[in-house]
Amino acid sequence: MSQPTNVGLRSWIGYRGGSGYLLWLLHRATGLGVLMFLALHIVDIFLLGFGEDVFNKLLFLYRAPWARAMEVFLLFGVTFHAMNGLRIIIQDAFPRTWLHQRRLVAVEVVLFLAVFLPVAWIMVADFLGGAG
Amino acid sequence: MSERREWGGHNRPAGTGFESKAWFFMRLSGVVLLGLAVFHLYWMHFAIGVDNIDFQTVVGRWSNPLWRLYDFALLVFALSHGFNGLRYAIEDYVRRPGRRLVVKSIAYVAGFLLISAGAYIIFTFDVGAA
Repeated sequence: MSQPTNVGLRSWIGYRGGSGYLLWLLHRATGLGVLMFLALHIVDIFLLGFGEDVFNKLLFLYRAPWARAMEVFLLFGVTFHAMNGLRIIIQDAFPRTWLHQRRLVAVEVVLFLAVFLPVAWIMVADFLGGAG
Repeated sequence: MSERREWGGHNRPAGTGFESKAWFFMRLSGVVLLGLAVFHLYWMHFAIGVDNIDFQTVVGRWSNPLWRLYDFALLVFALSHGFNGLRYAIEDYVRRPGRRLVVKSIAYVAGFLLISAGAYIIFTFDVGAA
């Protein structure tokens, strides 16, 4: 059940477990990814203090095609981390749900896809249409 | 740290010390962020859209002090949740004590600078002068 904690970066890359390990890995990767965006986002909001011209000129960074693609990753990261985190919180708050862990994960995956796929589709269609 | 679970999460660390409180805080702030962060992302990036956001959008929002309070709460919860998560990652991957101290110190300084910068602009931004 328990994972060794002395993992190191090299074995972090390699796949070492079942589907549960994939969930753990995705939770950490999306968490750190969203944190990196949060840091960038605080810096850009701080630049409001330099006035309207400076701020609006820098917005091209977020409107570039590669930035719009990154936005879909951000959507993926926040949505997955939120849903997987909610499952972890539910299991911690109601220990009986441990018996149904696989079913909870199945519900989580279905909910995640039901929210992420349509929103991502509209986002991508929006920026491809807007760029054309 | 506490025992890592194969399907995500950790078992609550024993006792009533800092790690046990941190474990509980991750769940508490997680629930708060489910509201604050998820709404913020879907509202700004999906309902409004990045193409329709500029300086004046922020002026409009921050004319209402409640939105400043919302953004400040989001800043505090997201940063504390995120940097505690980063601390867990550092403890997993940086094993040597000296190097761990250095990496943690850099992370804490970065976290302090970010919360200072964010709080500063939220509470000093003058919508009248804009």
